[in-house]
Amino acid sequence: MNSNRFTNGALGVLAWGVALLIFFPILWLLLTSFKTEQQAFTVVPNFFFSPTLESFKMALAQGSGYWHYAWNSALTAVASTVIGLALAVPAAYAMAFYPNKRTDFLLVWMVSTKFIPAVGVLIPIYLVYSAVGLLDNALGLTLLFTAMNLPIIVWMVYSYFRDIPKDIVEAADIDGASIMQTLFKVVLPLALPGLASTGLLALILAWNESFWSITMTDHRAATLAVYIASFKSAEGLFWAKMSAASVLAIAPIIVLGWFTQRQMVRGLTFGAVK
Amino acid sequence: MAIVELKNVAKNYGSQIKGASSSNAVDDFNLVTRDGEFVVLVGPSGCGKSTTMRMIAGLERNTEGEILIGGRDVSQVPPKERDIAMVFQSYALYPHMSVAENMAFSLRLKKRPAEEIKQKIDEAAQTLGIQHLLERKPRELSGGQRQRVALGRAIVRDPQVFLMDEPLSNLDAKLRVDMRAEIVKLHKRLNVTTFYVTHDQVEAMTMGERIVVMKDGKIQQIDTPINLYEFPANRFVAGFIGNPSMNFLPAKHVDGVASGDGYRLSLDAAHRATMASRGAVDVWAGIRPEHLRLSDADATNRIEGTVDVVETLGAVTMVQLSVGEHAVSAQLPGHRKVQLGDTLTLTCDSDKLHLFDSESELAIARESTAAPSAAEA
Repeated sequence: MNSNRFTNGALGVLAWGVALLIFFPILWLLLTSFKTEQQAFTVVPNFFFSPTLESFKMALAQGSGYWHYAWNSALTAVASTVIGLALAVPAAYAMAFYPNKRTDFLLVWMVSTKFIPAVGVLIPIYLVYSAVGLLDNALGLTLLFTAMNLPIIVWMVYSYFRDIPKDIVEAADIDGASIMQTLFKVVLPLALPGLASTGLLALILAWNESFWSITMTDHRAATLAVYIASFKSAEGLFWAKMSAASVLAIAPIIVLGWFTQRQMVRGLTFGAVK
Repeated sequence: MAIVELKNVAKNYGSQIKGASSSNAVDDFNLVTRDGEFVVLVGPSGCGKSTTMRMIAGLERNTEGEILIGGRDVSQVPPKERDIAMVFQSYALYPHMSVAENMAFSLRLKKRPAEEIKQKIDEAAQTLGIQHLLERKPRELSGGQRQRVALGRAIVRDPQVFLMDEPLSNLDAKLRVDMRAEIVKLHKRLNVTTFYVTHDQVEAMTMGERIVVMKDGKIQQIDTPINLYEFPANRFVAGFIGNPSMNFLPAKHVDGVASGDGYRLSLDAAHRATMASRGAVDVWAGIRPEHLRLSDADATNRIEGTVDVVETLGAVTMVQLSVGEHAVSAQLPGHRKVQLGDTLTLTCDSDKLHLFDSESELAIARESTAAPSAAEA
């Protein structure tokens, strides 16, 4: 009993420790964003200072382009998520309810495309995009995000569909439902929690993406990742402003995650605790 | 209502599923139902009974042969156009819909008028005693209630054929007996051709007008319950139908007497007649436990052994004996006091004896009462 309590206590301390370790960079980012550039640049860490909103003012100021970049981030993230789900649902439906000999291989193959380092395909994609005029283009970026997330979306939607007993789909079939009716009246309503968390994850991954955003866009279609990177300029590093910009970039997604965390946890553990 | 015909139906999963064997899951299945008949498909798991039902439903395509419902070949027709209703072992209710919505689903898809839908649901709910559950979701129901809803969903459709795939397996023993009777009553009322799949031979015997016994994808015998019991076509059917199951003893047949170490059984006249042409051969002698009784050591038919297991059930006492190196079970009257280790002599009437060919395991029929499907070389 006592030793049990001790173990629990120790585990609690460990958990808090790990959580703090993970959270610390974000905390430091947050603190730095309220400092002046001089305070931000000190070698000795400084936890106590009089906070200033100067960096935020600069970051949001007219001409900084924050809203332009935020709009691009939101547009590409939402559009790629919607297109991704629209493509993944029929694919996952076929694989979950009408599997054949090659289904397992297909799934693994699809996810294995995620093993390829992005740099490995950068040159061909860049050349193709350049040739068809998709560089620095919101549509081009959306397509990249869709392609990037599609394997994960298909895999997740597939596993949620697999949690739906096949009998239910067959019952709908016998009851006279077409494939579309089965999908919209039976399968999608049952997989809704899973679809929601898949959508959220895709949204977050697209929002946070920086490699493709920075390489494939310049200004017109640039996202918040490009905006943050722009603070590392020829004139030097602007830690405080960069931190403020980063806080502004991650804030929407953290707020979204905060409000949907119950949905997320429910969706991600849907099959496990059923 | 319709006659269902299966002609040389076979199913081979070979090319469809990874790791599936290349042999047929169902092979050369032939059956013609009467209109409104209650047919039970029974057999051990993996015997192809569910596959056969799924082929009738259209959930699996038959790879050979024809399936006719009401005279129409439906082999290439999708399930929703076959006018069938199915009750699944898992009930397969739509979890996000209320009981009423579950039952209305198929009618709404057919765009029936709302009043008609409501009327049909009310009728079915009344028949099944689930009027008070109509607004509930499936997860708020007990197993028995879900089963009723699943039946209700099937009957509102007025289908030509009912298919029931082990519908009672998930219920507890007592409820299963109640629902068994209820389904039979329901069938009498609706008089719709029904296929019922089960692995439970008691369910098959009590519910089926005709029973199809299957094993390894092949039909072993199709007959009425009583004929299966009295004239099993082969050793498998003899052992599968009847509870407790039949005893089998390897015996040497010489001049109308089948005997082995510890037992001697003489054949009746009709059996002698068929065995006369075979002469001295090895056979399997089959005796049902309920046909054995205690007797004196000098009886004409006798089986001697020592008692291994005694199960006192009250009405009857089940005894297991070692006879030579074989086990024989017997159902004795409940008042008999039997001790472990006792040596007993059992006897049975010669007309209750079954004989099976030792090679093919087919029944060796009596001359005059040969069952129609009992193959006799």
